[in-house]
Amino acid sequence: MKVLVAVKRVVDYNIRPRIKADGSDVDIAGVKMSINPFDEIAVEEALRLKERGVVTEIVAVTIGTVACQDVLRHALAMGADRVILLESDLELQPLGVAKLLKAIVDKEQPSLVILGKQAIDDDAGQTGQMLAALMNAGQGAFASSITVADGEALVVREVDGGTETVALKLPAVITADLRLNEPRFVKLPNLMMAKKKPIETIAASDLGVDAAPRLKLLKAAEPAERKAGIKVANVAELVSKLREVGAI
Amino acid sequence: MTVLILAEHDGKQIKKATRQAVTAAAAWNAPIHLVVLGHGLDAVTAEAASIAGVSEVIRVDAPALAHALAEDVAALLLDLAPKYQVILAPHSAAAKNALPRVAALLDVAMISDVISISAPATYIRPTYAGSVLTTVESSDGVQVLTVRATSFDAAGNGPAANIVDHAAPAAQTQARFVSATHTVSDRPELTSARVVITGGRPLETRFDAILNPLAAKLGAAIGATRAAVDAGYAPNEIQVGQTGTVVAPELYIAAGVSGAAQHLAGMKDSKVIVAINLDPDAAIFQVADFGLVADLFEAVPALTAALA
Repeated sequence: MKVLVAVKRVVDYNIRPRIKADGSDVDIAGVKMSINPFDEIAVEEALRLKERGVVTEIVAVTIGTVACQDVLRHALAMGADRVILLESDLELQPLGVAKLLKAIVDKEQPSLVILGKQAIDDDAGQTGQMLAALMNAGQGAFASSITVADGEALVVREVDGGTETVALKLPAVITADLRLNEPRFVKLPNLMMAKKKPIETIAASDLGVDAAPRLKLLKAAEPAERKAGIKVANVAELVSKLREVGAI
Repeated sequence: MTVLILAEHDGKQIKKATRQAVTAAAAWNAPIHLVVLGHGLDAVTAEAASIAGVSEVIRVDAPALAHALAEDVAALLLDLAPKYQVILAPHSAAAKNALPRVAALLDVAMISDVISISAPATYIRPTYAGSVLTTVESSDGVQVLTVRATSFDAAGNGPAANIVDHAAPAAQTQARFVSATHTVSDRPELTSARVVITGGRPLETRFDAILNPLAAKLGAAIGATRAAVDAGYAPNEIQVGQTGTVVAPELYIAAGVSGAAQHLAGMKDSKVIVAINLDPDAAIFQVADFGLVADLFEAVPALTAALA
């Protein structure tokens, strides 16, 4: 079976974002960009399903400008078979992305779509569920384990206070949580090899999908700084300070 | 205009987050309806009806809803949606699962983890692990959002609201419930606890032995860093941070926590933060009201003893 993995190019998780001087948005010019960590887990899981003989082909897709080719190269270097760049210069929001991915799903007809559970830039955590809705498919959000058997995907999901296991009829959509796996290290020769592989490019505007943003960003600001605290010398002083402020 | 809130409950009680969502919904100055779904809902429905500010409780009680799969919840909310202009829920695992599905079926955007509602369609929400607060305005006819419960006070009790029954949606075939595991704990729930004590990786296998006595003394919930969870010292459902639970207790005690941005995202709105760490340069000290540079294996038991 075929699996489609959606990946996003985001500001590297080690970078503290800067806000533009006019407060209109986050300034990402010249900032180190990487594959979204949850999407890397999604790619890894597809690779493991292939290694277990469940999956025969892994197609990775991303949406954005030509710059997004680098995350596709990363997916290729990890072991994806084929990659698609859905080229768009629109500001992309989860609903628009889900609609564009739906168009790719219609074209590719995968049995499984795996995404990260959230992107670490917008922290929305919506795209996978929205895609499942548009596909009228079952969803396994926040997956920590995936097993495919008898035409079903058995997904262990991380929920508040424990885990839940659901069985999804294929095709289904799954979003990867942190503990699904540990992504493999990309080796340099693989990265070099990935540079030579073709990237299929499709213009998003050719898909006839209305992916226009629905939310208008009015302002980006830094949260209020916490007032600087004090260091206490020992446990006794800590206890008396906590009593002073009524915390205990 | 009417606001619909998807109530969070555990089958016996309404969760505090639901009451906090009711306070958030007051921003619209419109009637507030709560939808309670599941199976065996008498106690939960009665409590829901007693929340101040709620004018109607919609009870959807069916065996098939016992596990509230997103596919079923979304179908139900879609069914109710034509009567509402706002659909909201606390930002819990259940709502994070179901509400984006509802939004897509309604062809509207969703706004996740709202911490402030500045105007009827204008919201403030954290992005980049809480490093940026973005203000967004929605142009959609129906507003679908989750709210960060700890950013709003819990609504108290008021006159009893009207209770109406609504039929469960037709059975869906895309997904079925198989099993669930729940961590049994006699401690308060992490998201609503007054005091939270979080342990990091340095605790290693003594995670419980060191933290439990202090938690018992303070009636606190226990949290963990990602490193402690990944190393297997603590269960993953108690992870505090960008990808785990976000807490904002009165008192947050971080023991052996370095203070990575992803962790701070989950706790920096706590009222009083205490950090106990051997490394004086740990980032956690930058947000701590009271920092103690000490070996936590000595300091935490000493703190426990001092509270006797």
